[in-house]
Amino acid sequence: MKELLIIGIGAALVNNVVLSQFLGLCPFLGVSKKIDTAAGMGGAVIFVITLSSFVTSVIYKFILVPTNLTYLQTIVFILIIAALVQFVEMFLKKVMPPLYRALGVYLPLITTNCAVLGVAIINVQKDYNVLQGTINGFATAVGFTIAIVLMAGLREKIEYNDIPKAFQGFPIVLLISGLMAIAFFGFSGLI
Amino acid sequence: MKANTPMERLSNGILKENPTFVLMLGMCPTLAVTTSAINGIGMGLTTTVILAASNLMISLLRNFIPDKVRMPAFIVVVASFVTIVQLLLEGFIPSLNDALGLYIPLIVVNCIILGRAEAYASKNPPVPSLFDGIGMGLGFTLSITCIGAVRELLGAGQLFGKQILPLADAAAGKMGFEPITIFILAPGAFFVLAFLSAFQNKFRLGAAKRGIDPSNPDCGGSCASCGNSMCKGKRG
Repeated sequence: MKELLIIGIGAALVNNVVLSQFLGLCPFLGVSKKIDTAAGMGGAVIFVITLSSFVTSVIYKFILVPTNLTYLQTIVFILIIAALVQFVEMFLKKVMPPLYRALGVYLPLITTNCAVLGVAIINVQKDYNVLQGTINGFATAVGFTIAIVLMAGLREKIEYNDIPKAFQGFPIVLLISGLMAIAFFGFSGLI
Repeated sequence: MKANTPMERLSNGILKENPTFVLMLGMCPTLAVTTSAINGIGMGLTTTVILAASNLMISLLRNFIPDKVRMPAFIVVVASFVTIVQLLLEGFIPSLNDALGLYIPLIVVNCIILGRAEAYASKNPPVPSLFDGIGMGLGFTLSITCIGAVRELLGAGQLFGKQILPLADAAAGKMGFEPITIFILAPGAFFVLAFLSAFQNKFRLGAAKRGIDPSNPDCGGSCASCGNSMCKGKRG
């Protein structure tokens, strides 16, 4: 139990997926203009990463390892993720229309979110079992959500600030991310 | 220059549509592996090989891949080349493989590769596509090597692993360069890229003032555009 908690805190705060591992930067920079959309993206990412880290660890442990096909992991994982995202989209549309309306627009963007594939590969590299892998995926996605929602809050604040012309848009967002990354260093004492 | 000649494609990738500085694609590896110039070159050349090979392959297959499943098909082609390159690196250049680690398999989801497959290779004959891949890859290599060199120089006083700026040594009372360690840590990546893209904005603003058409006016300067085009591709 304690070990799972350490994996969780480590993935969510200490090694924050966006700010210290640079995974999932595209949505972090692209969909962080408003808090609602950022939270929506975060929700969709939590859902997909938790599911995909579970499925990829199961398939890795019970299909790829016994058949000695572990060198195919990249191809297998990316196909699983792409199929899973499509499947989740269709499933939600049919079964839970309100949730689909909330998350729907973000789902197709997630296949190209490198955090999803990144988590699956980290799970393999760190030799996590299925439960540990799922926890790691969930916590990583929570870390992503924390970072993107904080970023959206900051971007709403700076909207009316007087920023030098050259720094408007992309550069100022990168500067803020740098400062946030420094702030997240503070968590490294936690574990 | 005539369109679609090999030279035109090369210069287009390196200068006019430079993937990092102009199109703002592939930000994850750009920030993650640029702790030193040599890592930048390694990552850049690895991506170039994969980009050229996958562009060539997709261009050869462009009349056989049905439109509806083109995205999964492209992903499989790219993922196969990534696996091949990863196994080759593991076997022949293990030090580079260790330095780049997780980011080699993640080349699969690099926006540049799928973006070029969708935007160029799936519509053009093999030879221009091959050179398009090489040009884009070299443009990417050049930019991330620059970022890596800046970070390495400020963060450790080194360039390509050679000590350029003599380090200060308090014990011996020697004056010299104090390394700004933050530049080789995660936040430094954001800062360096922020300043480089601010310079580019400045240049573009100046060009717009003088009435010159900026090289790529409809790129919003954020990676969202890449996510969006991919999204359309998936949906379509």
